[in-house]
Amino acid sequence: MTEQLKPAQPVLHLDRVSRVHGHGASEVHALRAVDLCVYPGELVAVMGPSGSGKSTLLTLAGGLDSPSDGRVIVEGTVLGDLDRKQQAAVRRRSVGYVFQDYNLIPGLTAAENIGLPRELDGVSARAARKEALVALEELGIPELADRFPDEMSGGQQQRVAIARALIGDRRLVLADEPTGALDSTTGESVLAVLRARCDAGAAAMMVTHEARHAAWADRVVFLRDGRLVDETARQDAGTLLVTAAANALKGKDQ
Amino acid sequence: MSIRHGLLALLDQGPRYGYQLRSEFEARTGATWPLNVGQVYTTLGRLERDGLVESAGEDDEGHQFYAVTEEGRAELRRWFDSPVPRTNPPRDELAIKLAMAVTVPGVDVTGVVQGQRRHSMKALQDYTRLKGRALAADTGSGGDLAWLLVLEQLIFQTEAEIRWLDHCESRLGQHAERQAAATAEPGAAPPARRAVKSRARGRL
Repeated sequence: MTEQLKPAQPVLHLDRVSRVHGHGASEVHALRAVDLCVYPGELVAVMGPSGSGKSTLLTLAGGLDSPSDGRVIVEGTVLGDLDRKQQAAVRRRSVGYVFQDYNLIPGLTAAENIGLPRELDGVSARAARKEALVALEELGIPELADRFPDEMSGGQQQRVAIARALIGDRRLVLADEPTGALDSTTGESVLAVLRARCDAGAAAMMVTHEARHAAWADRVVFLRDGRLVDETARQDAGTLLVTAAANALKGKDQ
Repeated sequence: MSIRHGLLALLDQGPRYGYQLRSEFEARTGATWPLNVGQVYTTLGRLERDGLVESAGEDDEGHQFYAVTEEGRAELRRWFDSPVPRTNPPRDELAIKLAMAVTVPGVDVTGVVQGQRRHSMKALQDYTRLKGRALAADTGSGGDLAWLLVLEQLIFQTEAEIRWLDHCESRLGQHAERQAAATAEPGAAPPARRAVKSRARGRL
């Protein structure tokens, strides 16, 4: 997506967000004044070594944790200004969250797990199931609809968790290592779904330690010790390939 | 050498002329390694000198055709049957640059690593986008598969470079810590130990 097409309002805006765990001598600065915007249609990947604050960043963006300082703004709403009930509603309607450990409810089938956020929002069970089946289809696992979490492999559970995060046209998808338990081709197909969601207008932020997966993003940001230290902006693929080609050719000829 | 064997592989499918060879080579590799027509003719000249190809006449438009010889076919089989040698790893400018950077005083090595990672990550994003396009346009033909494989080779190679850069960064951090500890030890450690001992004396 080009600069001039970017609408003024980001779907997610982290405004000088800091998070400190503990007090006094045992104080740990998990995040230090991080500024980050994710715009509609944009997939942003967050990379960094363990302990750099990646997961903290994601939990703050999803309203699962509150910043020690700074503001988290989702679609123009400052999460800190809302009470717990209102925050939960924003999370359910606007934010899809893929947890590292899937977080599926054991007593519900895949379709019920996926449809749950919609039902909690007042959609009928029937309509929620219909939406859930569409989401399962999109992820290439329609046959799992009536299986319980303990009847599925880790990779299958992960895809169900992703389907749950995508249901109901959420405008912001947050994913913590969404390809963790998947083999390389399945992981790729999940990323393709996420990519397609963003191309259709959603905003997504994904934490990953694999460069090959981060490369599906429009922008990759690097975290070190709680600070954003670097980021990439997408450039034209054509020019780059020609340069790479010329270099590769030089290499081969020597 | 890759161009030499690449041309033999194409000629194995029937006689061709220079320009044709160039465009077919580039179609297989998505123009990742562009060839100029001069290179093609130079290589054909050497192949002919070595008896691996022979002239196969001209067409009405004056295109000079080449065909693979029996010996050329045998050479092509040998190429497919033997692994690409790794005895002489290709010179890697980045590895050389970092090896120099850590020994030349005043170079911001971490900056070099970070700048390279940003650049390589961008490249990886672009290759991935091209791959997305290639997958969408895949007709199931051998040519499409060839291009996809070449693209994925670029992707995996770039990924490996980024992982290596991450590793370099933590290695540099480790090295810096060790050096800091080494320089701090002579002055700082004894007083600390003395303090421990004097505190212990009070209790003994």
